[in-house]
Amino acid sequence: MESKDSISIWFFIGISLLVNGVLILGAGIYELVHPPENPVVLFRLHASIWWGALLLITGVFYCYRFLPRGAWRK
Amino acid sequence: MTPTLALAVPSRLVKLAPVDLIIIVFYFALVLAIGFYLKRRASTGEDFFLAGREMTAWIAGLSFLSANLGALELMGWASSAYEYGILATHAYWIAAIPAMLFLGVFMMPFYYISKTHSVPGYLKLRFGESSRSLSAISFAFMTVLMSGINMYSMALVLKIVLGWNMNFSIWISALTVGIYVALGGLRSAIFNEVLQFVLIWAGALLIPILGLIEAGGWGPLKAQIIHNTSVEYVHLWRYLGSFSTNPEGIHWTGVLFGQGLVISFGYWTTDFLVVQRLLAAKDLRAAKMAPIIGAAFKMFVPFIVILPGLLALAVLPFKLTGASVAAATGGHSYNEVLPLMLARYCGPGLLGLGVTALIAGFMSGMAGNVSAFSTVWTYDIYRALIRKDASDAHYVSMGRWCTILGVLISIGTAYFVMQFFSIMDYVQALFSIFIAPLFGTVILGMFWKRATAAGGFWGLLTGTISAAAMFAWIEVNPAAVRYVALSSHASPMAADMYRALWSWIVCVVVTIAVSLFTRPKPVAALNGLVYGETDIPSEGNVAFYHRPAFWAVIVGLVFVALNVIFW
Repeated sequence: MESKDSISIWFFIGISLLVNGVLILGAGIYELVHPPENPVVLFRLHASIWWGALLLITGVFYCYRFLPRGAWRK
Repeated sequence: MTPTLALAVPSRLVKLAPVDLIIIVFYFALVLAIGFYLKRRASTGEDFFLAGREMTAWIAGLSFLSANLGALELMGWASSAYEYGILATHAYWIAAIPAMLFLGVFMMPFYYISKTHSVPGYLKLRFGESSRSLSAISFAFMTVLMSGINMYSMALVLKIVLGWNMNFSIWISALTVGIYVALGGLRSAIFNEVLQFVLIWAGALLIPILGLIEAGGWGPLKAQIIHNTSVEYVHLWRYLGSFSTNPEGIHWTGVLFGQGLVISFGYWTTDFLVVQRLLAAKDLRAAKMAPIIGAAFKMFVPFIVILPGLLALAVLPFKLTGASVAAATGGHSYNEVLPLMLARYCGPGLLGLGVTALIAGFMSGMAGNVSAFSTVWTYDIYRALIRKDASDAHYVSMGRWCTILGVLISIGTAYFVMQFFSIMDYVQALFSIFIAPLFGTVILGMFWKRATAAGGFWGLLTGTISAAAMFAWIEVNPAAVRYVALSSHASPMAADMYRALWSWIVCVVVTIAVSLFTRPKPVAALNGLVYGETDIPSEGNVAFYHRPAFWAVIVGLVFVALNVIFW
């Protein structure tokens, strides 16, 4: 769908997942070190950490796989 | 296809942390960046209105689904799940999957091969200018109305959930959508819809996962729901034998023929808001596969929409009520169920992503409305009725300005709704008034070569008028619901379904009757428009697992299995 010099939608999605993954993982680690006074239900599962990590890994994969190399070379 | 939200008593449900705000601001920056990046690829009419017709099946399919997956859809059906139980799932299964598969396998060839820019454009080719004008004007009216109401609802939700000022929410979201669609046209809308689709899943998927962990799995969840409500809340079909034995007050015939046949097929196969995404596909096979891919994902949307509503029935320590009761008692209404569940499980970061998912849902729906409005206005009203022979560049310019105009009208509608709140109650009804007869006209046009121009026009007109008349009848005399919906127990939703069914029948009967007394088009003029008279490219040399029909059968079988499992 994209020509060689264009950026794929999947690359934009990769960027979005990567940035959100970093932020959520970071927030999760912060909460692990500084537990909140009013934790959410099932806080003990630390969903922010594993969900953030999952988004981060998926984002890295999509960014790498759909990196617009043609546009970069130009 | 969108339930009406009626929220009241503004009160702040959640408080965002700085990291949540960063996630939301990053989302707005990214969608605008995509719009600016794609501006250079929207210079011709084909680029701006049809995204260059170069979308893969996956992108067209996800965009097709995302344009429908607005946050009103998410929050409204989650609310319905709390109110009516698993019955709300019909909106995602019987009221979507068969129609989407039918569209992909049987109808897309005619939309695609005819090279039309829009659904009204197809009616022009098949039935002539009068049918096109009637459907284009009603579609444009409905689209900006829906867009404005969605915008108002979004602002109301953000006010209740986050305490945000409504004017701020309306203007920021509307201008963002206006900018990225005006810059990049349909391609920008589609790109952002795919991004929004991913964010909706990323932001909403944790709720059912954590909810099921808390409830102990599906079995204990079901038992708890039955304990808290009644057994009818966990069965899809078993208690639809009578109007009075299920929470929705509907009979299975209403679900199957009203919701499952007329409204669903009308919406998914003739509403240009969703069909436009498929016309952007790169070839016929991609255009046929796209709605099948959309159907496969649609089947699993209840996991992030219906399941949170059901989980709330089991795990929330308090009861939700209708909007008016909540307003009087200071409690929470059904419509707040999704934000409540979000706040229950999601801490900083995840909460920001969840709120971004809601905003993304609103914006994808709004972008769908605005891009479809721009195309129908430019091609089916402006070019057809006002200025027929302008240059391509002129129509692209008109499309860009019309996008901004559509956004501004939507904002005006949002403020209008704010003053006259009861109009929200009529949205679903108005929707069914226009969509059900249109489906009758399109389906006869595609599959009955004897249908004539006069038949198509008068069928569409009388179908629409009959739907409006039934609506007015019930408004004036509420007891008339027993005639329209066959039961005095029927809910407004059930009345919508039956009204759609009757108006579709009126449209079909009138179209057939008038056609039989008027002269049809010569057969040669029907090539590319009608079944039996169109050369559809053979798929003989394509492996069976690459054929749309094969995947339609697979999706259809999973759909049947799900209905049996949750019977």
